[in-house]
Amino acid sequence: MKISSVKIISLLFFILSAFYLYTAHQIQVFSFDENAPFNAKTFPIYLGYVGMFFAALKILLPEKIKEEVDHKVLDYKKVFFLIIIMIFYGFTILRVGFFLSTSIFLLLAYYFLGERRWKFMLLFSFPFVGLFMFLLHGLLDIYLRDPLLKFLGIIG
Amino acid sequence: MIEGILIGLNTALSLKNILMVMMGCFFGTIIGMLPGLGPMTAIALMIPITYGFDPATGLILMAGVYYGAVFGGSTSSILINAPGVPGTVATSFDGYPMAQQGKAGKALAIAAYSSFAGGTIAAIFLLFAAPSLSKVSLAFRSPDYFALMVLGLTAVSAFSAKGQFLKAMMMVVLGLMLASVGQDSLSDIPRFVFNNMNLSDGISFVLVVMATFAMSEALMIILRGTDPSRAAKAISLTELGSIKLDKDETKKTLKTIPRSSVIGFIVGVLPGAGSTIASFLAYGMERNFVSQEEKEKFGKGSVHGLSAPETANNAACSGSFVPLLTLGIPGSGTTAVMLGALLGFGIQPGPRLYMTNPEIFWSVIMSMYIGMVILLILNLPLIPYIARILAVPRTFLIPMILFFSVTGIYLMSFNTFDIFLMIGIAVVATGLRLYKFPMPPLILAFVLGGLMEENLRRSLLISDGSFSFLWDRPLTAIILVFTVLIFSWQGYLSFKSK
Repeated sequence: MKISSVKIISLLFFILSAFYLYTAHQIQVFSFDENAPFNAKTFPIYLGYVGMFFAALKILLPEKIKEEVDHKVLDYKKVFFLIIIMIFYGFTILRVGFFLSTSIFLLLAYYFLGERRWKFMLLFSFPFVGLFMFLLHGLLDIYLRDPLLKFLGIIG
Repeated sequence: MIEGILIGLNTALSLKNILMVMMGCFFGTIIGMLPGLGPMTAIALMIPITYGFDPATGLILMAGVYYGAVFGGSTSSILINAPGVPGTVATSFDGYPMAQQGKAGKALAIAAYSSFAGGTIAAIFLLFAAPSLSKVSLAFRSPDYFALMVLGLTAVSAFSAKGQFLKAMMMVVLGLMLASVGQDSLSDIPRFVFNNMNLSDGISFVLVVMATFAMSEALMIILRGTDPSRAAKAISLTELGSIKLDKDETKKTLKTIPRSSVIGFIVGVLPGAGSTIASFLAYGMERNFVSQEEKEKFGKGSVHGLSAPETANNAACSGSFVPLLTLGIPGSGTTAVMLGALLGFGIQPGPRLYMTNPEIFWSVIMSMYIGMVILLILNLPLIPYIARILAVPRTFLIPMILFFSVTGIYLMSFNTFDIFLMIGIAVVATGLRLYKFPMPPLILAFVLGGLMEENLRRSLLISDGSFSFLWDRPLTAIILVFTVLIFSWQGYLSFKSK
């Protein structure tokens, strides 16, 4: 018997709700609040039960529409690379600074998505980010942390 | 009320705010024209920018984006039969055949005039209905608010995707779970933070919206290998022809507008219904109103068939502001995003907004008119040029969406944890969307989570822990009866199909 992906997701949601319910019971409330009609864990406890209820219904009831996805036509490789460079961007944005990390992120993203026109790729990375920073930092006075540009004396 | 209108006009007509409406309409049209990227993505991308402005300006910008996105969706529906947003699907039924008959310009003009008229009439309704409803809603107590939120979430789940009620309800619970992360609002007790300091303030609303809409939409486009800019290229190549309407077309449009505006506004006010249902309902109703001869033309390029859904979807957009401005409860995913943004400004929409922040209340209503005029004057003749800007290849478009999402959240917190959390939520949302788990109910639940808990807390404390508050007040009981009816209807639908 083949279990549909939606039922598997519902099962995962059931487990998540059960874990949420367990964690809700572990919330430490003030002793004077323990027997109050409502305290910090009341709403989460209800939520845990409601989540389990809907997930159980989805698992148990027969499916009206079979939602199956053809994984062969999905481009997981590109999405995986994009996620990796986004994580890399997240790691570098504070350390390296906004200008360099964002420009490199954009360049890499263009490249991984199949763009090879270097003239446009360079135009829409370094100068584009520079202009964006000027708009935010220079005109709208929104602070942008950039140790590199600060070291070079470009921003104050 | 006159004083309020003047306050609103004074705020909305400042040079800065007019520029904001223009920018919003322009940006919204661009995003709305891209199939798959709707008003919610457009507004989500705008939120970090709005935090640099005062609340009225921020909200005016978002309202402009909203209308622009709906108009942009109509354009791609008419010209290439690719609706940018679900609310414009019905527009393509007669708009696209008209475009194929070489009347693309006329079809766009009918859509623009109908949108303008529908939006304006509904904004007039809103002008009169909102202050009166605000006064009525002052009679609402905590149990009523709690019941109303339950009704809103149930209705959004029932209408968000056909036959996906249980999935939508699971998304509601997930949204409420995410909203419960962080310190409890009353006792400051940390909940679900797992000893992580970054979670003690809870999860940012902008983060959730960006992750579930902008970022996951970009990932979905790559995953499916679709190219939204292809549609824009097709639009830019379309020969529009004349945009002048003849006497007969004007007469037909003028006949359709009033009835479709009323339908659109009423449906828009109802929680969860929104512009998609309004446009389909208006299309169906219009077919019943016209003569047999006109009925035959439906689906083949009927002026009535194009004007009705366009009028209704814009009227519904204005109508959806009624529960947001009067009760502080959004009736749709898009207005939920706006509520989240307002809460971010420290403003609590609701019956008292009318008295405490009249400039916001009235300037939003006034900016709707201004937005409509701008859409009519600017967007209609500029469509082919806007489409040319849009024909940016997806190799550039997707990194830009991701860049704006990451930068948006980075600018708000300067915290890399938020970036990683956003990536994580976006990946989960992409997986869920692949299996048709709807995201608007999650956003609505996330925004309402805190308010819902607060009202349940008050209700339970007043009734000493008893759930009798659910039926003690007739108003609460009536609202809950509607909720039960929706549940029963959904149960009946699943039973019937079996």
